[in-house]
Amino acid sequence: MDRKSLFEIRHINFCYEKTVAIEGLSLDIEPCKFYGIVGPNGCGKTTLLDLLVRNKAPGSGAIRYSGRELREYNRRELAREIALVPQDFYINFPFTVREIVLMGRHPYIPRFAPPSAKDIGIVDEIMERMELDGFKEKYVTELSGGEKQRVVFARAFAQDTPVLLLDEGTSNMDIQHTLHTLNMAAESVRLKKRTVIAALHNLNLAAAFCDNVIFMKTGRIVSEGKLDDALTEKNIKDVFQVDSRVYFDRYSNSKQVVFRKI
Amino acid sequence: MLKKQGVGATRGLQTLCFISLLLACIILSTGMGYIEISPLQVIKVVISRITGASDLLQGMDSVFPYVIMDVRLPRILTSAIVGAGLSVAGVIFQGILLNPLADPYTLGISAGAAFGASIALLLDVMFIGCYTVPLFAFIGAVLTLLAVMFISSSGGRTSSNNLILSGIIVAAILSAGISFIKYVADEQVSIIIFWLMGSFGSKSWTDVFLTFLFVLTGFVICLFFARDLNIMILGDRSAGSLGIETNRLRIVLLVTASLITAGCVSVSGIIGFVGLVIPHLMRFFVGPDNRKLLPASALVGAILLLAADTITRAVLPTEIPVGVLTALIGGPFFCYIFRKRRILKTYG
Repeated sequence: MDRKSLFEIRHINFCYEKTVAIEGLSLDIEPCKFYGIVGPNGCGKTTLLDLLVRNKAPGSGAIRYSGRELREYNRRELAREIALVPQDFYINFPFTVREIVLMGRHPYIPRFAPPSAKDIGIVDEIMERMELDGFKEKYVTELSGGEKQRVVFARAFAQDTPVLLLDEGTSNMDIQHTLHTLNMAAESVRLKKRTVIAALHNLNLAAAFCDNVIFMKTGRIVSEGKLDDALTEKNIKDVFQVDSRVYFDRYSNSKQVVFRKI
Repeated sequence: MLKKQGVGATRGLQTLCFISLLLACIILSTGMGYIEISPLQVIKVVISRITGASDLLQGMDSVFPYVIMDVRLPRILTSAIVGAGLSVAGVIFQGILLNPLADPYTLGISAGAAFGASIALLLDVMFIGCYTVPLFAFIGAVLTLLAVMFISSSGGRTSSNNLILSGIIVAAILSAGISFIKYVADEQVSIIIFWLMGSFGSKSWTDVFLTFLFVLTGFVICLFFARDLNIMILGDRSAGSLGIETNRLRIVLLVTASLITAGCVSVSGIIGFVGLVIPHLMRFFVGPDNRKLLPASALVGAILLLAADTITRAVLPTEIPVGVLTALIGGPFFCYIFRKRRILKTYG
């Protein structure tokens, strides 16, 4: 057994009723890296992330996390290991922004106990770093889509887990906040030895931030590897059926992808 | 941290205020009615009954203890407990269905109870005396809940939208059934209609203890899961990743809140708007945190339904069913807070 892997995914399948979402997928995720998952709509990115956080259980196959079967973990214990920023952030009740971010500490606070000084400290620090100080006592129901998404992101950061899963976690943010948020995630990979797995639609963001990239199509992995090896014109054509040019860009210091009008 | 303690103290003070207000309402309303009794005399009678000190009753009309202990208090306490129960159930239904428009009756619980009661009244079954109708109502409510949960579940999971849809469908079928029963009922039809409109007339201490048992047990369970219910507003995927067994929590709270509702409805009949309006009103004052919202809603729900029942019993010239009164007051009031809230742009 290769102990270097954080997640060992072996031949997993998952179906919704009769539609196959994940088919015979195997993958190793190494710790302390920023992974990007790219692929067309409905290729199984979200399902894969849900399987990793155990919101869904695979129909067959096995997922191991830190050398232990994922399904053997206690739910609360798992919540201290893996955090998820979901795609949707529809909140119907007028909690304040601070209350929502504090919910990220839920797995650490015993039932009926108030949050500890440490919990409060972490929440305040995250709010400051996410530039949410000004919103603290604002109702989350009054915020715009992008602002709400930042709050949801801050909530996941407050969970302070070794693994962070992002499901299009920045899709509604402006470019300033997208870069800021992804930078925070990337920084925590370097400084806190966090592992980030992000489903991304923007290939250039993936190119700028990811160490490894996973190409998915119809529930399978088409190609996976180091960014420089995997982000190729052939893979993009293979997965998205579009022509592109991939080149090394000096300014962004990474590979970049460009498209043109047909 | 200091600020935190300050908040805790205010919350304690608030709860204390609500409890005192509830006690005051109970004592005042016990004195109100066809025979006027002063609050002091009410307190004396209750204390003498509890402690057995009969010298407190000296110089008092001998009918007062009977009126207070056997006629008014059971009715008043039942109305307060039902008010609390319906409000707590309302908070829970709105929380788990993620829908601020849900109420204890959203899943067809009331239609089920009404159908059960209508059958008992139509067939005139009386095998356990005056508790036959409540028993039928309770069974109707529970069977409806099971049916709704069965229809809405797929592969062991239940989603809020499916629950609401199934509830509406089942309620519609049952309403048709009730109409049919009314149509064939002949002379029983007025009794059925009266039961459907809700009333606390001629309640006994057994009713008090039965409802209290349901509401208190349910309330404790709901309070136990209050923080988990807060997390549920983030949606299933986030709540799951925060360590909540979302499906299990939803079923536990759904069954608890439904049993509270069934217990209340089977004793009182259908009393509308309490379970919808009170949670909204209290969210306006104490915020959406269920740990504060549940106790506040329970106490204020008790006070308001007690007040409404006292109005129909002692203030209005003729008694009208309390369910009609709550709908007549609650409906327009709900429109008011709904509009006001939209202007403030806070939803919920």
